[in-house]
Amino acid sequence: MKEDYVNIGKRLPRVDGIPKATGEAKYAADLSLPGMLWGKILRSPYPHARILSIDTSKALGLPGVRAVVTGADTIGFKAGGISSQGDEPYLALDKVRFIGDEVAAVAAIDEEIALEALDLIEVEYEELPAVVDPVAAMGEDSPLVHDHAPRNISFQTDLSYGDVDEAFMKSDYVREDRFETAPIRHGFIEPHAALASWDSSGKLSFWGSKQSPYFTYRNMAKALGIPLNRVRVIQPYIGGGFGGKNEMFAVDFCAAFLSQKTGKPVKIVVSQEEVLFAYRQRHPTIIDIKTGLKKDGTLMALEAHVIADGGAYLSIGPMSLYLMTAFFGLPYRLPNMRSKGYRVYTNTQPSCAMRGHGVPQARFAAEGQLDLAARDMGLDPLDVRLKNALKPGETTPNGFKITSCGFEESILKSKEIIAKWMSERPKESPANIKRGVGVGCYGFVCGPRMAGHNTAAAVIKVHEDGGISLMTGSTDAGQGSDTALSQIAAEVLGVRLEDIRYGMVDSDITPVDPGTYGSRVTFITGNAVRVAALDVRDQLAEVAAKKLEANPQDMVFRDRQVYVAGSPDRGLPFSKLVKTAQYSGTGKTLLGRGYWAPEGLEVVNFETGQGNMSAAYSFGTQVAEVEVNTETGGVKVIRMAMVHDCGTPINEMLMEGQLEGSAVGAVGHTLMEEIIRKDGQTMNPSFLEYRMPSTLDVGELEIYHVDTYDEVGPFGAKESGEGIQVAVVPAIANAVLAAIGAPVKRIPITPMMILDALKNKPEREVDNESSKI
Amino acid sequence: MKKQIRLRVNGLDYDLMVKPHQTLLDALRDELGLTGTKKGCDKGECGACTVMMDGEAVLSCLVLAVQAQGKEILSIEGLAREGVLDPVQENFVKYGAIQCGYCTPGMIMTARALLNKTPHPSEDEVRLGLSGNLCRCTGYVKIIEAVKSASTMEAGQ
Repeated sequence: MKEDYVNIGKRLPRVDGIPKATGEAKYAADLSLPGMLWGKILRSPYPHARILSIDTSKALGLPGVRAVVTGADTIGFKAGGISSQGDEPYLALDKVRFIGDEVAAVAAIDEEIALEALDLIEVEYEELPAVVDPVAAMGEDSPLVHDHAPRNISFQTDLSYGDVDEAFMKSDYVREDRFETAPIRHGFIEPHAALASWDSSGKLSFWGSKQSPYFTYRNMAKALGIPLNRVRVIQPYIGGGFGGKNEMFAVDFCAAFLSQKTGKPVKIVVSQEEVLFAYRQRHPTIIDIKTGLKKDGTLMALEAHVIADGGAYLSIGPMSLYLMTAFFGLPYRLPNMRSKGYRVYTNTQPSCAMRGHGVPQARFAAEGQLDLAARDMGLDPLDVRLKNALKPGETTPNGFKITSCGFEESILKSKEIIAKWMSERPKESPANIKRGVGVGCYGFVCGPRMAGHNTAAAVIKVHEDGGISLMTGSTDAGQGSDTALSQIAAEVLGVRLEDIRYGMVDSDITPVDPGTYGSRVTFITGNAVRVAALDVRDQLAEVAAKKLEANPQDMVFRDRQVYVAGSPDRGLPFSKLVKTAQYSGTGKTLLGRGYWAPEGLEVVNFETGQGNMSAAYSFGTQVAEVEVNTETGGVKVIRMAMVHDCGTPINEMLMEGQLEGSAVGAVGHTLMEEIIRKDGQTMNPSFLEYRMPSTLDVGELEIYHVDTYDEVGPFGAKESGEGIQVAVVPAIANAVLAAIGAPVKRIPITPMMILDALKNKPEREVDNESSKI
Repeated sequence: MKKQIRLRVNGLDYDLMVKPHQTLLDALRDELGLTGTKKGCDKGECGACTVMMDGEAVLSCLVLAVQAQGKEILSIEGLAREGVLDPVQENFVKYGAIQCGYCTPGMIMTARALLNKTPHPSEDEVRLGLSGNLCRCTGYVKIIEAVKSASTMEAGQ
């Protein structure tokens, strides 16, 4: 299956490396236009309040202010992950629902005047009782965040298969635990920014920090009430997204709306402080979970009850909750499962997708409980995982079709790694330092099928000197897809990576695309690029075949040469062929078109969760070793190993970068990061107080491949770097358990929690909550 | 009231009108169009705005433009000479130390200043030297590798 490629599988530097290293790369906040105004957004100081009146006259009277807009000026569009259930106006219409909710926006000749004008907007609020705790929010008498949602339930799932009750009866061992996860942030360093320019023909041009620009393209048209061909969304470089820059936000709408009002370009750059208290977060959860096993470690049943704090709005929450509740099974053979999920509205900042999307929370609970069970039962946690590991060709009870799958191999390799680490441990260490090794496992999607548009497309233009322009609708938010997609085009066309020029999204020119989420770009857009490149290659092969007196299907395109298979001498340079094709009497215009979406996928009903949503699944096992200081409660991750099956990598260097970044982000999730709120007010809206991992928090990282070749993925590739985040969290938590012999069931694991766990540790190392049936 | 100042940036002198409270970061970005220096937090917590002032790495969001008068400012745009990348830049590209690229200019300037002072840093010195520059994408592994490699490369020159 594997061939000797010129571009694929090579450690090639990314195509945007030099512009980013020299500071040339322009991000949204770097852009300006002549006559441009600066915008600022007024935010609610209350977690829950009714807006009685807004007086903008004083603000408008401030010299330099050009416009002030409020929700009353808009057509009242409400955004939401399920558009029929949209609940989030870009500017508040009647109520504000969290501290930071957008109330009004100002455009002025400079940023300072815009800021000053915000203070002059007079808003009369009627404070309403707020609910900031998801459990309290589900109470019958709780205040309602949205009138349409009784008990503040924004979405619920009830996934069930097999006979759970009977399976628990037949289990030799059953245990129940509660796990909790804290809200965390995406952590991109580039704050949200937007530049919009409305022209008198009724057309909007928009540049914004959007990882999925076509979300904004669609919602902008709806929110302004204009046709799609009047919205031109142009993508600059994106300073990280991790799920937090998918949706269109108030910053995007307000820039456009203020530009429409003033006839001038308007730029809004959100401050990092605003990002930290007023934008998105990962869903915090409370997960009650029950697992039943046979004596030999065979998984019998799992039951879970999830409460996920969705914050003030729906966002992409239905998908988040579905993934959370569906991924209690993957990557194991779990015949019986029932998981109920409740996504709850509270008066706090909205939760949305974030790297791993809902699954890190579920796997933290499921993998954590599996280790607790294995310890109780005297089984090796890796053996339990091996016994239940999904194999190629299996279909899970909820319909996931497992195709390429190197999961078993990843567990076996992890065993070797652990044995090696154990042999390398220092013979002696201080009495207060305890070491532990833990594992976590994952299976993840490669571009989940969502309702609505799911197809990616590519256009390839061949220039007469042999250079290639490649356009897709997909966005590289840093993950390296521009490079991977260019490598695919280069390989199919038989040229080199440097011959490809990748054109970023411009909705006037590039094909419509779902977006950068669910690890879909390399897998799905990669295939579209492959198809487009084949299209144009076929056009060229005809010309070459005629010239070389051979069959078109015998033409080989490789490393800038085109020749007859088996006779490398019978050929011509790629650039010459292009010229020949273009300059012939009835010359060809060389344009390749490709579109692609996986066949046979089902649109999963998120409430019940049956169906195969991805054409392939990635797998892997994460190993972590920690050192716990039993006097201070401090935990240090000494080293981690990632053993993963991402199919066949297109660019190993970029893939490693994805894994490393994901793993280190998850160290933050497990040990450091938490948004702390008091009565709905974020108490740590700065990087000083909200600590993310720095160079000092990173131990050694080892990466191992389990080589598979996915038949559907482009050149055999699958997802990489998102799935691993799902497994790092439980791997570290399980390593802590191994080190101190007591479970810690909430993340982030703080020193205080370690000390408490040690204090409350029973004499035997067995947890009290376990029970044998 | 704006004040006239002269800034020396990347070897060139600029006469500018700035507000007394305007930061060097805003002056570079908004007055000189040098947008390679990034604004991440604007309060000295992320390192994205790092430039060199008289050879020292400074956070340009914590320096006032008026304070930078008479100093030699080097921003990311001034690092490559006549189209040739600085070894730190070159190795960031070569070793995959760049992903979204937003922290990159600050990270490169911090690394450059570190190597100027400590041409052969140990790995611990590299980690400590870069610990004030946040990156969410890379996990720092390849950044550390790139800086170490740049130091070796320069040692060979």
